[in-house]
Amino acid sequence: MSMRTSAAVAFALAFACGVAAAADAPKTPYDFGTTATDADLARFVSPLPDGRGLPQGSGSVLQGKSIYLQQCASCHGENLQGGTGDRLVGGRGSLVNGDPAKAPVKTVESYWPYATTLFDYIKRAMPLTAPDSLSNDDVYALTAYILAQAKIVADDALMNAQTLPKVQMPNRNGFVPDRRPDRFPPPAKTPHQSLAIAPAK
Amino acid sequence: MANDRLQDAWRVRLVASERRRFLRAMAALSAGSGIASTGLAQVPQNNGVHDVPADASKVQGYPLADESYGMRSQFETEVRRRFKTATPQSSWTMTPLESGVGIVTPSGLHFERSHGGTAVIDPAKHMLFVHGRVRTPKKFTVRDIRRFPAMSRIMFVECSGNGLTEWSKPTMRTVQFTHGLTSTSEWTGVPLATILNEAGVKPGAAWLLAEGGDAAAMTRSIPLAKAMKDCFVAYGQNGEAIRPEQGYPLRLMVPGCEGNMHIKWLRRIEVSDAPFMTREETSKYTDLLPSGKAVQFSFEMEAKSVITSPSGEMTLDGPGFHEITGIAWSGRGAIRRVDVSIDGGKTWRNAALQSPVLPICHTRFRMPWRWDGREAILQSRCVDTTGYVQPTLGQLIAVRGLNGPLGSIYHLNAIQSWHVAADGKVTNVHAY
Repeated sequence: MSMRTSAAVAFALAFACGVAAAADAPKTPYDFGTTATDADLARFVSPLPDGRGLPQGSGSVLQGKSIYLQQCASCHGENLQGGTGDRLVGGRGSLVNGDPAKAPVKTVESYWPYATTLFDYIKRAMPLTAPDSLSNDDVYALTAYILAQAKIVADDALMNAQTLPKVQMPNRNGFVPDRRPDRFPPPAKTPHQSLAIAPAK
Repeated sequence: MANDRLQDAWRVRLVASERRRFLRAMAALSAGSGIASTGLAQVPQNNGVHDVPADASKVQGYPLADESYGMRSQFETEVRRRFKTATPQSSWTMTPLESGVGIVTPSGLHFERSHGGTAVIDPAKHMLFVHGRVRTPKKFTVRDIRRFPAMSRIMFVECSGNGLTEWSKPTMRTVQFTHGLTSTSEWTGVPLATILNEAGVKPGAAWLLAEGGDAAAMTRSIPLAKAMKDCFVAYGQNGEAIRPEQGYPLRLMVPGCEGNMHIKWLRRIEVSDAPFMTREETSKYTDLLPSGKAVQFSFEMEAKSVITSPSGEMTLDGPGFHEITGIAWSGRGAIRRVDVSIDGGKTWRNAALQSPVLPICHTRFRMPWRWDGREAILQSRCVDTTGYVQPTLGQLIAVRGLNGPLGSIYHLNAIQSWHVAADGKVTNVHAY
């Protein structure tokens, strides 16, 4: 039995016994790659909704306002009303809709279920022209400012690893699991028909 | 390294100068040898465009280069086309399905959806980190990844936003713009289970975060069970390295699931006990219903089919024989059956499936049709191996509602209708 075969058998056995058994396996099957150190991983930030993974640091609404005007307003608007970037505030009450002609307004204020997501996204992907360039303090401050403008936290709120996960977002309970495949009603007996129109773009 | 680059640069220059010499010689010959000018001569000669002789059997063809990367015929012009989003960085381009034959999408025509432009990454410097709820946090170079036993799979990737313009009224003219966010490639890589096993997943782990190394640091949470079942880390596409816009050098493949989960430029996997609730899986790729509730983690791309010929903006060359052909696919399995209707869904006929018929893969169907020259509405309807029947748009709207002009945006897999007028002109219509 070649080394590769025995490794494959060991792997197959580990897999068959589930994840727990794989964790108990004495040695990795191939031993490729090297150990990632804390220093290697220090640049990555991925908080969970309960706050695990949030870094040290803090920021206030007032600090956030000045950073916002410098770094964010050109895309998201002076009043967070959106532009080339997403609208960030408003839209509460627009999600219950069902109007084919009018779109619901999905913003941080009306739609986002977790405040930690705001920190996470700004930290790694914003601002557009220099992603991953803001300090943790700056990101906490921006998070505080946007949440305050959305009337979700007070104007004197301070955001940090302890306070941010406690923020209750308005649409926290707005999400349901995927229950597809759907059970459809029978196809219509009187078909609907409409002709094509020219594309807008 | 620098020396290699220098040599490459020299090689390019040499090839170019050889070609120029050859073309000059050809031009001199053409005066007396019957080579017709095509008007294409103004196009830069280094762009794969050649003079067209009146009879290719009467002259030598262009020489075989010592080293080359081939191009398609100069007469072929189909291209991806971008949907005009606010920025060209967070944007998408669509595959010209109407000109596709078979089931594989040429790599250069595979649809693109990126959230921060196309990242440029040196594979010699790229690392994949695996950490979190594991025994040993690991980092792998691309060379490390390529050492593992490999696997290949021919499968489709579809953006869950495919067709988002078509919920409330027929909007786009061509199948490229109604359905072009799906493509099929052969993907080659390493099972994610193999890589996770190197780090040793700890008990209690249930989810993982996959993160891209692009400007968006695109992130999605994926259930560990799915990761262990059939996800893989791809480095190959259609027999060569993945294209930059598809995630070079590494892309996570999540068979059957919405395209944005197939994280491009994959740099990090963090194992956890819970989903991370990233922006893309809360505020973006969720399906908001008229009730105000949004369906979250709607991973699977359900069975869908579309007739690609005849399709929008084509004109039939008069009554008589026409082959109706298209593609069908399902994220839950293989396509079992495709039916075609020429009367807007009143009657259906079974289409032939062209082999291979693979799970989670575009499947080509064909049906002979003798057009009598009268108005017709063409539709295709597929059934997958789970027994799921592709719904009409009316059926889908009955379940999902019409919440604004874009409905619930994602996961539109309804039957598509093409209207054939008496003059042969084909247009996008709603008929359900």
